[in-house]
Amino acid sequence: MTDIATLTKPRVETTLKDWETDQEVRWCPGCGDYAILKAVQRTLPMVGADPANTVFVSGIGCSSRFPYYVESYGFHTIHGRAPAVATGVKLANPDLDVWIITGDGDGLSIGGNHTMHVLRRNLDCQILLFNNEIYGLTKGQYSPTSRAGTRSPSTPLGSIDYPARPAAFALGSGAHFIARAYDVSKQLPEVLTAAYNHKGAAFVEIFQNCIVYNKDVFADFTEKKNADEGQLWVEHGKPMLFAKGTRGIALDREALALKVVDVVDGDWQAADVIVHDVANRSVAHMLVEMPFGPFPMALGVIYDDPAASFEEAVVAQNEQAARGRTPDLQKLVSQGQTWTVKADAVKGPAL
Amino acid sequence: MASVASTTTAPLATHETAPEAVVVRFAGDSGDGMQLTGGQFTLSTALAGNDLATFPDFPAEIRAPQGTLFGVSAFQINFGSSDITTAGDAPDILIAMNPAALKTNVNDLKAGGLIIADTGEFGERNLVKAKYESNPLEDGSLARWQVLAFDISALTLESVKPFGLGNKEALRCKNMWTLGLALWLFDRERQPIIDWLKGKFAKAPEIAEANIAALNAGHAYGETAELAVPVKQLHMAPAPVAEGLYRTVTGAEAISLGLVAGAQLAELPMFFGGYPITPASAILHHLSRLKEYGVTTFQAEDEIAAIASAIGASYAGSLGVTSSSGPGIALKGEAMGLAIMTELPLVIVNSQRGGPSTGLPTKTEQSDLYQAVYGRNGDAPMPVIAARSPTDAFDCAIEACRLAIQYMTPVLLLTDGYIANAAEPWRVPDMAGYAKFPASFLTDVPEGGLKPYARNEKLARPWIKPGTPGLMHRIGGIEKEVGTGHINYAPANHQAMTELRRDKILGISHELHQDVALGETHGKLAVVGWGSTFGPIHQAVRRARRKGLDVAHIHIRHIWPLPANLGDLLENYEQILIPEMNTGQLKTVLRDQYLVNAQSLNKISGQPFRIAEIEAAIEGMLA
Repeated sequence: MTDIATLTKPRVETTLKDWETDQEVRWCPGCGDYAILKAVQRTLPMVGADPANTVFVSGIGCSSRFPYYVESYGFHTIHGRAPAVATGVKLANPDLDVWIITGDGDGLSIGGNHTMHVLRRNLDCQILLFNNEIYGLTKGQYSPTSRAGTRSPSTPLGSIDYPARPAAFALGSGAHFIARAYDVSKQLPEVLTAAYNHKGAAFVEIFQNCIVYNKDVFADFTEKKNADEGQLWVEHGKPMLFAKGTRGIALDREALALKVVDVVDGDWQAADVIVHDVANRSVAHMLVEMPFGPFPMALGVIYDDPAASFEEAVVAQNEQAARGRTPDLQKLVSQGQTWTVKADAVKGPAL
Repeated sequence: MASVASTTTAPLATHETAPEAVVVRFAGDSGDGMQLTGGQFTLSTALAGNDLATFPDFPAEIRAPQGTLFGVSAFQINFGSSDITTAGDAPDILIAMNPAALKTNVNDLKAGGLIIADTGEFGERNLVKAKYESNPLEDGSLARWQVLAFDISALTLESVKPFGLGNKEALRCKNMWTLGLALWLFDRERQPIIDWLKGKFAKAPEIAEANIAALNAGHAYGETAELAVPVKQLHMAPAPVAEGLYRTVTGAEAISLGLVAGAQLAELPMFFGGYPITPASAILHHLSRLKEYGVTTFQAEDEIAAIASAIGASYAGSLGVTSSSGPGIALKGEAMGLAIMTELPLVIVNSQRGGPSTGLPTKTEQSDLYQAVYGRNGDAPMPVIAARSPTDAFDCAIEACRLAIQYMTPVLLLTDGYIANAAEPWRVPDMAGYAKFPASFLTDVPEGGLKPYARNEKLARPWIKPGTPGLMHRIGGIEKEVGTGHINYAPANHQAMTELRRDKILGISHELHQDVALGETHGKLAVVGWGSTFGPIHQAVRRARRKGLDVAHIHIRHIWPLPANLGDLLENYEQILIPEMNTGQLKTVLRDQYLVNAQSLNKISGQPFRIAEIEAAIEGMLA
């Protein structure tokens, strides 16, 4: 989806190097966060972003150290509250490019409420949720996205609760842009570009490999040998094909659910494979709910259907309310029913 | 709770001429419109040039079951021809709209005081609900007082008959009928109320007309002397006040106006993040209507988001403001720490209510002083200012904005439910008399390179707005390196930063001077107060001084840091008495800071102090 706002924004020419800070990156060697950082630093020059006009806001957790490593404005806030801080930043200055960096614990556990509301309000920002299905910074407790049975220091016998599904949560909260990728996927900059170009809250779930506490938890679809069978990269206007085009996603019209179909000789039309329409909310719901295993993991831009953004509406309403009114402090404090006390009426002891 | 009743105002019945001050309490069901009636009576009183103070006292339930004791809503006003600083002790007149209202309020009434009751509501059912075994209007149990009982309900129905309202709607006009009677009693103008009704019910003129008819009927009822007991019409002479333009103002209004003025004086747009909570919501409501002053209001999803968004807005170059009440302030604690660590300006208003937990949402208390001064993790100092009255709240709000901006710090502004809801006449200030304090932002890389945590003479760091070319930097809640603001966990650095944060806030005390509100700067006893106890303390000290007692009143606005001269000032008195609506929180702070033997007078009943209670304590200490 092309966006008018990005066309009018002045493009600033930068290189990847311009987005690197002098700070030493302190993630564990081999952490998926490195790849995401590079992808972001590659994306920013591509979209013509201005470092002076860019703000990265994060919460708490491994992922939330991110702002320290990007040469722009950055605010490392408190656990779970990045969307709320970002809302204030964007309302105070709607011209800023605001990126929110969060994780599965930060954004869906302690900060779930704020994630829901920033999406519902449709604040113009990019939300990158690094999902590693574990608490890394606090040393390996299970997280709200951990699969049932996850053994961790706090769940030695295995976790019991059903996991949250970030993309489904975001869509249910009213998001107008949902995308998915994984840390080392080469398509990540492309996905981030689409998120950047979407006016409104753009939610990107990035599967991230925590090599210390939850190693290879996504290997079933991220490993090279599993990629063909395990990954479904959706693209607007293109049929939903995977396994080198030998299989696709079709609608089971009886069950009103998706199904995997075989595609013979590339004739996907004969197999009734769905053509991806990023503006189709119903299909988006089915894609983010698709259980991995029987189905591949849906990746790419799953849903992109822009609506008026929150800060635009706030600014418009503020302007309308102020139209024709001149601020006058003296008038303001003198409002309401008033009366005048004259000098000759002033008698008796003063206070 | 002390129980000594005030006796300075003689019982009404003995008055030939008008008394100096009269206390009237309107009490009824929470659905009877008592707050509305009281509010309009306040307005008419102010318009008549009387000084006044009010005390709204309403239940936490919006519409408690009708006729019950816990559903009683009351509104008290003290007005008269001398300066009034409290809502009064015992009422002279009680207007009781039903048995429950009578039962819960009558024992506060002065001996000889007047009860006006609606017999139409004193049926069997309501008497049972109020737990009366017999009708108090008939069984002689009210002999200590004068009783004026008549069927206000029936009289109201009769007066609004021409408008064809249903029974329920017609009875809603009872409060206006009663107000009409009260206006007659005190010789007040009806026109402002009539104008107000026309405006309020502009979309339903028949409702407006019915209410006006009820108002006029109540007034006429008083005039045509159908009353069973002779009631003299009371003329209250205007109070002597300074020349100028006046209006009535509540604390919530005054704070809102003060915040807007503060932002304007700083030449900044204001961002207000709020979440509904009693009694702080009124500030959010007021500010939402002032967009032309560069105010953006944001009703956040919770208290934490309210402060976090305000911090984000301050970071982006607005003046961030948030407000709440005790429980909400508790939730904001961690974010306050972030504002302290990132050294961003922020104003946090706490309209205190009874606590802990949900406590007494609609009652007043000043028990959040510890929370304000100490209630955050880590060594997390921030300035705390307390308003003493609705009008004082205006200046306090401006002061909070100034300190926040000049010292790059969050500032806590304390008020309470009493100040927030109470109304008093306010001499409209001349805004030209307020000095501007324009905020300045760093716009270029200074000589020697960018240091986001460099310090000026106030130890404040520069304010740098995102969007400024060449000044990109990162801030956050992790300990900062001195000067650069980079992450730094080194032991010596943390020590240095903690001391810097402390010294920056303590430095404010050098620009603060503590005055004596009444009396001498030395003597036998200083009564030291803060916040909304100003009125009763002031009156009590005045009365004691009239009796020749050596006592002074000191009222502290700056709770933290304390004014530089306060320690020396307190040394000048033999004894110190601190009346507080808590168990002695300011007392703890003053004892800790100055090693003085301060004594507490505590009241934690959800009600303001009575003058007599403080007076008795003063006399006790000087006996």
